Amino acid sequence: MTALDQNRPRRADAKPSLAKRSGEHGLGWLAVSPALLLLIGLLFGPVAAVMLFSLTDWQLGSFTFHFIGTTNFRTLFTDPTFWKALSNTLVYAAVVVPGTVLLGLVVALLIEASPGLRGFYRAAHFLPVMSTMSAMAIVWGTMLHPTIGLVNRALGAMGISGVNWLRDERTALLALALIGIWQGFGFAMVLFVSGLKAIPQQLYDAAAVDGADGVLDRLRFVTLPMLGPVTMFVVILTATRAFEVFDSVRVLTQGGPNYASEVLLHRFYTESFDFLRMGYGAALTVVYLAIVVLLTLTQARLLERRVHYS
Amino acid sequence: MIARFPGRRFAGRVARHAILILTAAFALLPFVWMVSLSLKPPEEIFQADFHLWPTAFHGVENYRVALTAAPMFRFLLNGLLVCTAIFALQLLVCIPCAYALAKLRFRGRDTLFSAVLVGLLLPPQALAIPHFVMLNVFGLLDTYAALILPWAISTFGIFLLRQFFRSIPDEIIRAARLDGLGEFEIIWRIMIPMTAPALTAFGIFSVVAHWNDLFWPLIAVRREEISTPALGILLFRDDEAGQFFGPLMAGAVIIVAPLLVAFLIAQRRFIDGLAVTTMR
Repeated sequence: MTALDQNRPRRADAKPSLAKRSGEHGLGWLAVSPALLLLIGLLFGPVAAVMLFSLTDWQLGSFTFHFIGTTNFRTLFTDPTFWKALSNTLVYAAVVVPGTVLLGLVVALLIEASPGLRGFYRAAHFLPVMSTMSAMAIVWGTMLHPTIGLVNRALGAMGISGVNWLRDERTALLALALIGIWQGFGFAMVLFVSGLKAIPQQLYDAAAVDGADGVLDRLRFVTLPMLGPVTMFVVILTATRAFEVFDSVRVLTQGGPNYASEVLLHRFYTESFDFLRMGYGAALTVVYLAIVVLLTLTQARLLERRVHYS
Repeated sequence: MIARFPGRRFAGRVARHAILILTAAFALLPFVWMVSLSLKPPEEIFQADFHLWPTAFHGVENYRVALTAAPMFRFLLNGLLVCTAIFALQLLVCIPCAYALAKLRFRGRDTLFSAVLVGLLLPPQALAIPHFVMLNVFGLLDTYAALILPWAISTFGIFLLRQFFRSIPDEIIRAARLDGLGEFEIIWRIMIPMTAPALTAFGIFSVVAHWNDLFWPLIAVRREEISTPALGILLFRDDEAGQFFGPLMAGAVIIVAPLLVAFLIAQRRFIDGLAVTTMR
């Protein structure tokens, strides 16, 4: 910063036209001031407020509050529902991430393998990404309906008796994970396709010269290694989204039955806005924030690496 | 390879289509199911054997119930209004800021850009409590303002536009200044036209996100009249008429259709827009 400032007069001499006489300094601040105010008022102020709330016993609507130290966090960490929500979120992510990434990768490889019906396939797989989740979750609710649902009708036709997917403790979370994969794999596909397109043809030519000209050889020696960085990116992105799962849970199970499908963000919503326990909600936010920021930072690291690669 | 094993190549093509049709069916099935149910009378939905196309067409009735029992068009209109307002505000705030970060030299610029990068890390859900409290203090809960204002700043938009503005050569700006153009005119007549694809991509990203968002509208509003599509369909489901699958699916079709139609019309733009914006 200081080095830049020292350089300023000299640079201004060299390029008189770019350094305006009115001064870019004032102009620059004028241009960024609305953004700066909102950045403080809507992002950084609120984050600080959440951290402050998490240390108080403040309730919505009350005019006084006391600092109660880490009591909210102790309540949170001794609450079995929180641990249930955390472990459910991890299980959900552990199903959704590999499912989404693998399905997205396979579909991308097949779509790019030859041009036949490419446009149709791309659009068809992308459709769930665009659709309003709350409405489509309602649709999934009817598909998973124990008697009239498509899933149990299909299973029944094969002689298998299905269960009440969303009301059964053993299957509720898995059913939600299936919906998560359904919505996300088209997006993973698109990211993989752009990764595939970035692989230079020369690499395939070189591999062919070395004798790797079969489909599987090309896949193993060129395509998959070159997709490495994109894959890591898709994994982190899908994981971040998995931690943000809310709509399908709210619409279909509301965390039930018996907290079998309770997840972090839904827990946060219920505690903060149904029960108005703001201190507890704020403590949960801080924990949630830590997890998501960690994930996103990893993603940013990987992206930086990816840029250096190319 | 191709000449040596023509049979194997053919088999590969068949396998490609077989698998892709299967995965495409997985992706499309809920849409087909939704439309199918939205055209059926209740007794046919509950009968034991299943036909994709209804034997007794009940579509008109179902859609009529969906449209009269809940203000479906109002939801869509609200979605349009809220998304437009959010995107307009975001542009108004982001463009000058991104321009200054990309093309002007001023003290504190690097610090501000770091702040924008930190802002990118914050999941919006984490800000729900303070945003709720602020709107409550100003008496704005349950209004359009509550749906719009928290999204007025987009660090993502600033970041994206800055990257694109930087790619425009300084010489063009210098020449424009020599021609007597002010900074506002430079933004309006040079930067915006030259970065139209980036602005479109940002617009698609923003509109898709807020049209489909359920989390924040659920917190910010209670009244049906100002509900956005994602919240509206939920209110309809929990309403009396929504207990019937036919009208409920008809409602879902109405809520989901606008974005999907827009997507089918401008596929490439949507796919590139959403992919490019995430990969940046």
